[in-house]
Amino acid sequence: MQRALPLMLLAALGVAPLAAQDPPPPQGGVRLVLKYDPGARPSLVVTPGSGLDSARAILRRDLDFSDRFETVILPEASGELTGKAGAFNYDLYRKLGAAYAVELADVGGRTQVRLHDLAAGKVAAQVEATFPPVTDPDFRMQVHRTSDEVVRWITGTPGIASTRFAFVAGGRVYVVDADGVNLRALTPEGATSLSPTWSPDGSRIAYTRLQEGRGPILLQPVAGGAATPVPGTTTGLNITPSFSPDGKLLAYSSSTEQGTNIQVANVAQNCCVQRLTVGRFADNLSPTFAPDGGRLAFVSTRSGPAQVYTMGADGTDAELFVPFDFGVTGPTNGPEWSPEGTMLAFHREVQGNPQVYVMDVSGRRVRQLTSSGRNEDPTWAPDGRHVAFVSDRSGRRQLWVIDIDTGRTRQLVTPGAARLPAWSRRLK
Amino acid sequence: MHVRSLAFAFALVAVLVACGGKQAPELPAPQEAPASTAAAPPQGPNADSAAAAERERAERERREREAALAGAVGTDLKAMIHFDYDQSDVRADDAANLDRKAAILGANPAVRLRISGHADERGSDEYNLALGMRRAAAAKRYLENKGVEGARIEVISYGEERPLATGTDESSYANNRRDEFDVTAGGTNLVAPQ
Repeated sequence: MQRALPLMLLAALGVAPLAAQDPPPPQGGVRLVLKYDPGARPSLVVTPGSGLDSARAILRRDLDFSDRFETVILPEASGELTGKAGAFNYDLYRKLGAAYAVELADVGGRTQVRLHDLAAGKVAAQVEATFPPVTDPDFRMQVHRTSDEVVRWITGTPGIASTRFAFVAGGRVYVVDADGVNLRALTPEGATSLSPTWSPDGSRIAYTRLQEGRGPILLQPVAGGAATPVPGTTTGLNITPSFSPDGKLLAYSSSTEQGTNIQVANVAQNCCVQRLTVGRFADNLSPTFAPDGGRLAFVSTRSGPAQVYTMGADGTDAELFVPFDFGVTGPTNGPEWSPEGTMLAFHREVQGNPQVYVMDVSGRRVRQLTSSGRNEDPTWAPDGRHVAFVSDRSGRRQLWVIDIDTGRTRQLVTPGAARLPAWSRRLK
Repeated sequence: MHVRSLAFAFALVAVLVACGGKQAPELPAPQEAPASTAAAPPQGPNADSAAAAERERAERERREREAALAGAVGTDLKAMIHFDYDQSDVRADDAANLDRKAAILGANPAVRLRISGHADERGSDEYNLALGMRRAAAAKRYLENKGVEGARIEVISYGEERPLATGTDESSYANNRRDEFDVTAGGTNLVAPQ
């Protein structure tokens, strides 16, 4: 139903949405999926104004990065477009070809955010926000939340600006805002930290710290403070942690000389380790929960090369998940279930290089998203249509973001080589 | 931003140096023999100084021979083994290496080993941790089959995180697909197997 809203909105505006290019088969009723063609995305302009330049710049970039709009760039001398307070100049913005205009106005110390429907010539939605001072560490995230709300007004689905990435560089886990700002290290120097993953509420990161002779999984509060070990991980090598959707459980792999097997620990009550796979001399790793928590996808070498399987959350009912041709298809790793549960992202070796794929879960059809260089370790944005991954296409490993609906790709610039990214949920 | 990137770069370089430049931990140098034998006190009040010097020289030579032998034994104990791409089976050309280790472990019951498995950078980062563990476990199983008590050997994997060679050619990859053997206890005064 959430998806139906933008269709109606666009229909009302006389913007013809493109037919879905590859509609998943109906499940549980009719499912409408909008596929914006880059040329047919509704155009949007963030209007100039006095003051609030920082917020406006952040908002403009967030809306661009949402990949849902054609953003209209205003000419340098656009003062004439500002118009008089209280009298929004719909004619002028319509002439720019925009369907929507977003206006930020300072109203007695509070910031009023208005979405103008230019065709209808009226305010479609508005909200009053109180942004902290620009120097406040929370300022940018507050503006990001407003951006996400504007995206929701127009498309029915919130944007993805109020999110962060965690990733590994030089053996440390870093976190950075989704727009590449506010980079900071979360784990100490001199250790080998790997495989960060976000708790669903964004408050904690679980990661492997490789030490002499062992590898515990640690829970690190993002706000700072001491890391605590996850039950069952204080001995041996423990890798690839992943939270359950309710944040209460942590699935991970425990690697011993008997093999690598998936376990689940209760991190809410700091107890209760349960083993899910029993593969003697086989590797079972990289668990990822379906959003309803009922099943997990994971990587296993049970049939030879690494491929992706699925099983119930209690470890029963295991079956092959991502189809492959034995002896032909390359090893497949790094699965991550999409937030809505309809897709699975992973990487698969093609002619010696990993490439990022997505599979629609109901039809189990796979689609290759990348082809140039090494592309690996995909992670979903909360909107279920953006995927971040590691690519060396620029010469060294960096994080890239692809909009799987339009194919539009952008680089997230990090100062060092980056790998093993994890995309947070929207941060409250 | 500039300052931050610089700091980041330095941190990165430091870590890279720490990782890339890491050598296999050196075996603890053979220590001085216990005082009772090393000091070899004069045999009596009448022992003449020439005889004492002779005994001292003989003792020193014996210790040097022992140290040289322990060095060779230690080297054999630490010698790495290598693996084919994405494989964890012990290669036939490493059998002699592991047989020698098994014999040394038999002759030195106090020695404990840590085997660490490593991978080249080509496979998936996380998969390589599991692969490294399989490689370490394969060597441990081989030694166990040769009669070494399993409790004396611990295994760990570093995946592709600690490469010996940083090149992107097959010879670098081949060097990095390895097991390292570190003596964690009982590494002093190693004796050669009979």
